Amino acid sequence: MSATAWAWLVLLFPLLGSIACALGYRALPARAAGAIGTAAIALSFACGVGALLSLLGDEPEARHHASSLWTYASAGGLHVDLGILVDPLSVFMVLVVTGVSTLIHLYSFGYMRSDAGYHRFFSYLNFFVFSMLLLVLAGNFVILIVGWAFVGFASYALISFWYRRETATGAGMKAFVINVVGDIGLVLAAFLIFRELGSFDFEQVFHIAPEHFTTNEWTVTAICLLLLVGAFAKSAQIPFHTWLADAMEGPTPVSALIHAATMVTAGVYLIARTHILFVLSPTAADIAAFTGLATLLVAGTIALVVTDLKRAIAYSTMSQIGYMVVGVSIGAYSAGLFHFMTHSFFKALLFMAAGSIIAAMANDQNIDRMSGFGRAMRFTSAMLLVGGLALAAFPGTSGFFSKDEILAFAAERGGMYEIFVVLGYAGALLTAVYTFRLVFRILPGAPCREARELIDSGHVAHGEPVNPVTGEREDTEVGFPGPEHHIAEHSLPMKLAMGVLGVLALIGGLVQVPGVDHVIASFLDPVFHDSPLAEIHPSAGSEWVGLAIGAVISLTGIGIAYLLYMARPETPGLLQRRLRPVHTLLVNKWYFDELIDVLIVRPVLAVGRFADRTFERFVVDGLVSGTAETVRGAGGIVRVVQSGFVRSYALLLIAGFAGLALYFLVVSS
Amino acid sequence: MAIEWYVVLSSLLFATGAMGILIRRSPVVILLCLELMLNAGNLALIAFSRMVGNQEGQVFALVVMVIAACEVVVGLGLIVAIFRRRLPLDVDELRELRG
Repeated sequence: MSATAWAWLVLLFPLLGSIACALGYRALPARAAGAIGTAAIALSFACGVGALLSLLGDEPEARHHASSLWTYASAGGLHVDLGILVDPLSVFMVLVVTGVSTLIHLYSFGYMRSDAGYHRFFSYLNFFVFSMLLLVLAGNFVILIVGWAFVGFASYALISFWYRRETATGAGMKAFVINVVGDIGLVLAAFLIFRELGSFDFEQVFHIAPEHFTTNEWTVTAICLLLLVGAFAKSAQIPFHTWLADAMEGPTPVSALIHAATMVTAGVYLIARTHILFVLSPTAADIAAFTGLATLLVAGTIALVVTDLKRAIAYSTMSQIGYMVVGVSIGAYSAGLFHFMTHSFFKALLFMAAGSIIAAMANDQNIDRMSGFGRAMRFTSAMLLVGGLALAAFPGTSGFFSKDEILAFAAERGGMYEIFVVLGYAGALLTAVYTFRLVFRILPGAPCREARELIDSGHVAHGEPVNPVTGEREDTEVGFPGPEHHIAEHSLPMKLAMGVLGVLALIGGLVQVPGVDHVIASFLDPVFHDSPLAEIHPSAGSEWVGLAIGAVISLTGIGIAYLLYMARPETPGLLQRRLRPVHTLLVNKWYFDELIDVLIVRPVLAVGRFADRTFERFVVDGLVSGTAETVRGAGGIVRVVQSGFVRSYALLLIAGFAGLALYFLVVSS
Repeated sequence: MAIEWYVVLSSLLFATGAMGILIRRSPVVILLCLELMLNAGNLALIAFSRMVGNQEGQVFALVVMVIAACEVVVGLGLIVAIFRRRLPLDVDELRELRG
């Protein structure tokens, strides 16, 4: 079977799974939706492997297949196919997306077991995977936008999954609105591309672009900046990042799947896919890289002080995506995508472990209340530790190899890009500190009440179901989390999913060790060989130097965290008091929400009020009632004639005819 | 006989009918006056038909008669309805439709 046939099957299974779970919610037995959903994604993954094998059978230069099912739109010189593009980049994305999704579905199978919306959950989840696959397999900008908008919707639906929680629906709307801003950027970029190059097709666009544009021409820069608006909104980069932390209102598997492993990396994919345009506009590429750098530092500092477990991991996600954006923007394409892969392993794992702990805490996400889970939940704790080590780039783990590769590339490019090396390592230090802040808060220490219960009776606390944010009581029958919470220790599917990811998070980096092997780089090479930046290869020696620095920094960070949170637990409080302004700034997330409120929300509201109170009242109402008054006045004049006297009508008629007759007599004579 | 006489008679009849409609208030009389006007038209049609020498005017006169019959049916029906509802038989009193 050809690679494209496999790719169509990859798309088909999640779609079927979504429809089956959605339509069969009455007919299917209780747990069937989970089984169907998981199986659909697993089949999709298998087909992805099929596509990979088929692609590997080709010569490296020929690993590039486009296929179209039918015409999507055809009008006035515009021709868009429902087409996909199968090349190493899309297959790589497909494999990571479906692979991690399969495990997260498996996890959800156990985690969501008591939820009343079990079928709905799997239907949404499958729909999300379908949309994401459509996005990465799209063969032209139109289909890309379709997939892009679909994942935005799926994200909205899943953040608002517990739809009776006002905090959740509000977060869903926030995510959706910010994502739509990004969609507009992407659509405008596509318009501009069509105007300039006359095509939406990836192959044609990227073929014509280098001849059509001169470097740093304003149009290509505009296209790239608009693409970046879309990419940043989806990937939660400054200034569009505020939705991601709020998106943690969704169920934890959703956070793992959409808001860590797959969807939020769509922006990285977009930049990698359109890298030819970014090569033509170094300005835009630099803007992207610096935004990524700013995000990775800002989000890293916020993660130091956030007390909500999931939100802390969410800020870490933004920070890590910052690394990927830096990578694909400065030309370290395969390194950025390698980091995307390892990140999706360890970040999904971290979220799963967090979900398991939150379940044990009966939905409470405050890390200040957690302690002593190391003894209470051994498996979960081990997984949290593994995920934490990989995130903190502990030597030998997957995150260790991927992050440093980006920085080594930046060092090799030299010049201005040295900034990325220095600040990138600073970010790595932050990462290690905030990651192990979480680990040291949760795992060791005297067990908290919930952990005590687990140790004593092996029972999970099922307190009164309340909203962790507002403390309101919740009815578990409709639109709220289920009555029971499931931890990995009691659920085999959850354990299995976490175990596999744990192994991947530990050893996943070994596919690309400097000087030893470079599986990802050589596989992706045919996609990126047309970029002059792909020529730059840091030598194995310098990469190992980078790795050594990374190892030192990672261990230092873990050491600092140990000092702060284990050896001298009173220091964080002391530091908080000493650096109160800094702490306030960080707790308030650098006031980005307030900034957006002042800069955008309030002016828009003011415009709305103006439109309502002034424009609507005087201009629109004036027009409408003016028309009505005119008609009424004209009617008043005509009314006089309608006297109701039949004989006066007759007189008018006869007089009229007589007048006409006279006129014709006069005219004819 | 010359055509003029017919036309003059027809005109006189028409004018009588029109005057009747304008000055009388009884619906019955107005209906009669309408008939008078229609028949004045018929007279002129037939006279001209005779003058020209074909039958087309006579055919038109027949059509006018049919229309006149219909009109009488509707008009008398209305008058009977007005009478039954004990409304005044005076067109100046019946001015519900004034604007």
